[in-house]
Amino acid sequence: MFQTVLLSLTEGFGKTLEIFVLTLVGGIPLGLLISLGSMSRCKLLSWPIKLVIWVVRGTPLMLQLLIIYYGPGLILGNNWWGSGASGRFTAAIIAFIFNYACYFSEIFRGGIEGVPRGQREAGQVLGMTGTQIFFRVTLLQVIKRIIPPMGNEVITLVKDTSLARVISVYEIIWNGQAFIKSQGLIWPLFFTGVFYLAFSGLLTLLLSWTEKKLDYFKV
Amino acid sequence: MALLEVKDLRKNFDSLQVLRGVSFEMEKGETLSIIGPSGGGKTTLLRCLNFLEIPSAGSIAVGGKTIFDAASSRGLSEREIRQNRLHFGLVFQNFNLFPQYTALGNVSLAPKLQAKERPDYKQRRKELFEEIEEKSRELLFRVGLGDKLNYYPHQLSGGQQQRVAIARALALTPDVLFFDEPTSALDPELTGEVLNVIRQLAAEKMTMVVVTHEMAFAAAVSDKVLFIDGGVIAEQGPPEQVLKNPAEERTRQFLRGYEK
Repeated sequence: MFQTVLLSLTEGFGKTLEIFVLTLVGGIPLGLLISLGSMSRCKLLSWPIKLVIWVVRGTPLMLQLLIIYYGPGLILGNNWWGSGASGRFTAAIIAFIFNYACYFSEIFRGGIEGVPRGQREAGQVLGMTGTQIFFRVTLLQVIKRIIPPMGNEVITLVKDTSLARVISVYEIIWNGQAFIKSQGLIWPLFFTGVFYLAFSGLLTLLLSWTEKKLDYFKV
Repeated sequence: MALLEVKDLRKNFDSLQVLRGVSFEMEKGETLSIIGPSGGGKTTLLRCLNFLEIPSAGSIAVGGKTIFDAASSRGLSEREIRQNRLHFGLVFQNFNLFPQYTALGNVSLAPKLQAKERPDYKQRRKELFEEIEEKSRELLFRVGLGDKLNYYPHQLSGGQQQRVAIARALALTPDVLFFDEPTSALDPELTGEVLNVIRQLAAEKMTMVVVTHEMAFAAAVSDKVLFIDGGVIAEQGPPEQVLKNPAEERTRQFLRGYEK
């Protein structure tokens, strides 16, 4: 029995990791774009973006999952996402990427705006180009500043992936819960916690290692 | 012929006129001090000369060649601005060292990036970089930091950081080196070491413009003093005149604040 449970939970955790990785892969670049947009001097660009960030951060991710998955079908009478598990998974990934990109964008904005203007100006008077200043001067300082808040978000994301079950994505909690109905077993559900703990423990180690690597300078 | 010639430089921020027509010239090897009350336009003048702000009007010539003229060259390209900046170096009040590079890294970064634009960069990369590092080391020795080459900025005192910043500015061999209140962010006991470096550069006939509140230093080191107030040069002349025996009432009033 234990083996059956373990197999099922591992399979579910595979889905969890898929959501996790795809959200980061999509959310970090999108978040960077959104942060640049929200800092734009063109109000026609920055205001709508700020509005979107407010809406996304101001409503529950669970609600966003439901709206993104069911919305097109109910409002337009046409389910974009296709039927079956793959359609639900795609909808979930889109919702996660969008939600997390908005959180990331605010972290990036803080990190970029936190670099003193003098750093840029020092590069300019030394005849450096904008690109050189970004890559040689600003970027590493931004990375150092954003690692602690990004670490928080990433750890939160590990657990938020469980929200995908609300549109029937078969991640680890879904699989654990299934044993209640099918076998009358509750412990598989509780046991899912071990997976989350192990994975977030690994991430914590990775994050503190990165922080140490950047400890050689102060900003 | 004057090395630096500034004519009728003006700068407005919206309706606020910060510079209202500043003209001066200086010869190669001269040290010029700029004094005056806060908000008088001293820093804006330096920022305009380094193109951190684009002047609203006026012209700037280096060695007889006009590098900026607001009347004709509306919209210098990014590249031209960068080329122009290389005539000048600027040492900031707050040092603005790059925290992720060592003292040596701070000094050699910009020259290494410059080297990339050379046609022989690809073949001679290693050689060029060694030359640059050697020169950077020499500069750090010159400002008395030969034993701190591999220290990061946060491991150095304010005075040491400012001396690294001076070496960094010298590394690009500017025609004129500007200092924007180089000791204002320092504890009093650390100002001496920075002023000594500037004094030494003056003795070596580096062409320099120093915005400062250190009147004794200005008197000792400068060939010429400008008193800037209200966006104009209210008085200029040799230090004995401007600092010891000013002709203008405004200058006298300003200097009285330093006697107490």
